[in-house]
Amino acid sequence: MASEPRPEADPRRGETNHALRFGLIWIVSSLIATPLVVLLLGPIMPPGNGSEQASGHVTDNTVLIGMATPVLLLVVTYLIYAIVNFRQAKGAVLEGPAIHGDARVQTTWIVITSTLVLALAAYGTVRLLEDGAGAGAGPNPVSVPSGPKLPVQVIAQEWMFTYRYPTYGGVETPHLVLPDNQMIELHVTSLDVIHSFWAYQLGVKADANPNTDNIVFVRPTKLENFSVRCAELCGIWHGYMSDTGRVVTPAAFKVWIKEQQRQFAPVQKYLPKYSTKYIPEPLRRGE
Amino acid sequence: MSVLAKKLIGIGVGVVIVAVLIGLYVATWATNLPQPVAAMSTRRVAGVSGSNLTLQTVAAIGPKYSPSHPDWVSYLVLDHGKWVHSTIFQVPANSLVHVTVYQYDGDSGLRNPFLSQVQGTIGGTETIDGKVMRGINPEEASHTFAVPQLGVFVPFPGVSEEAKNQCEFAPCSTADAHHTITFAFRTGKKGRYRWQCFVPCAAGYIFGNGGPMQTLGYMDGFVDVV
Repeated sequence: MASEPRPEADPRRGETNHALRFGLIWIVSSLIATPLVVLLLGPIMPPGNGSEQASGHVTDNTVLIGMATPVLLLVVTYLIYAIVNFRQAKGAVLEGPAIHGDARVQTTWIVITSTLVLALAAYGTVRLLEDGAGAGAGPNPVSVPSGPKLPVQVIAQEWMFTYRYPTYGGVETPHLVLPDNQMIELHVTSLDVIHSFWAYQLGVKADANPNTDNIVFVRPTKLENFSVRCAELCGIWHGYMSDTGRVVTPAAFKVWIKEQQRQFAPVQKYLPKYSTKYIPEPLRRGE
Repeated sequence: MSVLAKKLIGIGVGVVIVAVLIGLYVATWATNLPQPVAAMSTRRVAGVSGSNLTLQTVAAIGPKYSPSHPDWVSYLVLDHGKWVHSTIFQVPANSLVHVTVYQYDGDSGLRNPFLSQVQGTIGGTETIDGKVMRGINPEEASHTFAVPQLGVFVPFPGVSEEAKNQCEFAPCSTADAHHTITFAFRTGKKGRYRWQCFVPCAAGYIFGNGGPMQTLGYMDGFVDVV
């Protein structure tokens, strides 16, 4: 009796669909982990909430970590999945199947990564255009926040910072005190080499270059002390070029600035007229 | 053992030896500090202990103290009647430090005139050749003694170019043209505080801030509050 030829079995039938399974694992783990990371780590992201700009940095860091979590999970989960599922049997020495290019995978990868990078670039650009995001914006900032601003000059030199308040007679002081909830326009410059003014809790960092006015905007929102450091290797005492600033109430600021004017009145006559930059002199002392 | 293995071992040993030598050189350089000099204690006044610190500033340290850099500007400190080339000073905590400086160098001028005002001393003053001053003309400044962490800034005027008996190099004596500056400041808690000169006084260096301004033992050092 002639039997009918049996149909050939599909060789893939009964095999695990690894792509589907891995994709599900990744999606589920990302859906669980990303909100957890954002909710738990977001609030403790640096540099804190000492100013509008610092709060902005916290948001930016949270967005970054939120976007990075699925990417990290993709890599780590795939690594673990591969170790578990594609482990070579003990004692066997087999070549794995040849891998050929897959246009769908490559296209998907390029589209996703390009979208992520371009989205972050757009996000960063928008954030910078809002108010400079606490970064030095040079002498002519593209974006200037509206409303009144208190100008404060940061003068770096080897190896300390001093500060001038041009709207208070150009008084200079070794202390940085700022009023709460007021937009501050920092003019950062140097009298000698390149320094960098870094007010960590305020989310401010700006290069201090000689003969250059580097403008930063910051609105302190928290009554607190903040650390000031030089963030540019500037010589033997760079590590000691630090300071502590204070954010105080507007009323306390007025009292403080009056006291500075009184205390430093004797030296006022020797200070150069307020300028946004100073040419370092003497360049050299005589041989 | 194959030739290749021997070569590899030889290279490895050579690399380790070179690395150790570099490490030793860096460690020696990094830990090569001047000897600390303790300020001389004085009797307690009104319950506050005190000490005397006597310094001199010279235009050139001279070959006796620094054969490698005899022309560098420098501070010296008096230790039991002898001038010592050190810029690490030990002073007692929570005490009054009386400082006397014999200033033998000419003026350079302060880059930041703000630092020409005396700050952080008792009374906010210094005494220059017997005259009590709250500051000096910044263009006449020769050096400063400043401990930023303690809020102490004291400027010293330079010796006039026309003055007779200019001191060529250290140690200078009071027979040479000089200014005598005295001031006192209060120390707080124990700790190591850096001090420095804020006048760009390093001759021949860009911005006047190289050489002796960037090398511990000349125009900067530590105040060890102990």
